[in-house]
Amino acid sequence: MGFDKKDIISIRDFSKKEILYMLESAKKIESMQGREKLLRGKILATLFYEPSTRTRLSFESAMLRLGGSTTGFSDPKGSSVAKGETLSDTIRIVEGYSDIIVIRHPVEGAARLAADTAHVPIINAGDGANQHPTQTLLDLYTILKSKGRLDGLTVAMVGDLKYGRTVHSLAHALSLFDTRMIFVAPESLGMPDDLLDELKGKGVDLTSTASLKDAIRSADILYMTRIQKERFPDIVEYEKVKGVYVLSSAMLSSAKKGLKVMHPLPRVDEISTDVDATENAVYFEQAKNGVTMREALLAILLGRLK
Amino acid sequence: MKELKISAIKEGTVIDHIPAEYTFKVAEILDLEGLDRIISISSNLKSKRLGRKGIIKVGGLNLKQSDVQKIALIAPDATLNIIREFKVIDKKKLKVPDVLNGIIRCFNPNCITNHEKLKSRFYVESKSPLSIRCHYCERLGKREDIELV
Repeated sequence: MGFDKKDIISIRDFSKKEILYMLESAKKIESMQGREKLLRGKILATLFYEPSTRTRLSFESAMLRLGGSTTGFSDPKGSSVAKGETLSDTIRIVEGYSDIIVIRHPVEGAARLAADTAHVPIINAGDGANQHPTQTLLDLYTILKSKGRLDGLTVAMVGDLKYGRTVHSLAHALSLFDTRMIFVAPESLGMPDDLLDELKGKGVDLTSTASLKDAIRSADILYMTRIQKERFPDIVEYEKVKGVYVLSSAMLSSAKKGLKVMHPLPRVDEISTDVDATENAVYFEQAKNGVTMREALLAILLGRLK
Repeated sequence: MKELKISAIKEGTVIDHIPAEYTFKVAEILDLEGLDRIISISSNLKSKRLGRKGIIKVGGLNLKQSDVQKIALIAPDATLNIIREFKVIDKKKLKVPDVLNGIIRCFNPNCITNHEKLKSRFYVESKSPLSIRCHYCERLGKREDIELV
């Protein structure tokens, strides 16, 4: 199929067909002969306006594995940004130094502005509470790899569903497939109403519950999330809900056969370490899949993967 | 009972069926202050459809497209009458456009449009009830979230 998108900014920009194409490309690149030369001579610029070591390393690793090189900053202090340069100006300058740009920014919409400004492809590595599309794609890739399909599954999302952009994007993407969704959260951290309305409008079979045990019994995928302290406007609210869902290996004894446990990482205490050795745990594999998924995206956007 | 009649205008624009609470907001959009023309603003008039409505008449005024879009957002049921020689020669129902460029401020304080000098852009996802999505931060907003530029 023709993939005519220049950038990866929001999961909302993609059709089911385009998402499947990107996932197929990841599968293809994983076993590709000579992939270490695929992006030779290409430069990736990583502009990280807020720290996210893991995401940055994942992108850099992806570029290096394909034979390309990287440049950029992981902290805007000391750069022209700290001198008050606008984002558009920074992008115009950096696109002259690189073939593709990955941007992480605390302000929502920054990646879209970068894409509207730049002639080179832009990949959004997180813009505030809005989008982190490559996380969603690697999540889908992990589901596909571990379950062999995306249709006909029950996916339970657990934890902070109110502030967690990861679960918002994942729910949106899964709504393109035949997926049953279970949202497990305390009342104060439930999925936002506008997203629930959107999912219902698309005919998604969804259930909201506060019981993690119930979800474990019927889910094929258990997507755990950290309750993120930094997203809470009120620390008192955070203290009330932290540690409310902790998954242990004992709890998995009632799980549906073949249940896979995912987590975008880092975890704090929501998954006990005794889960790590179970057949259910796929979260470290999920992080590794992130590199493969990003390799595929870099190769697609740079026109080296058809 | 004596009633104060508002005289018809010879040439100009009449905006009718404005919900009464938005009459002065519409007047503000039109930026009528200092205009050297006949202007009449009536509000709290009885209306079968709206309960209470406002009417604004302005002699010789041709509305700017951006102003028409702004009025459509806050008063979607309003009608626009173009008057020539005391007659209505054109009557239009206002329409909310599919894309709103630079006419409202994003309601998300952490949107890039509120951090850098940038024209806002919104996509209208639903006209009734109004639902708009920011091109940049993707936040969804309703009529009550709207703040005009």
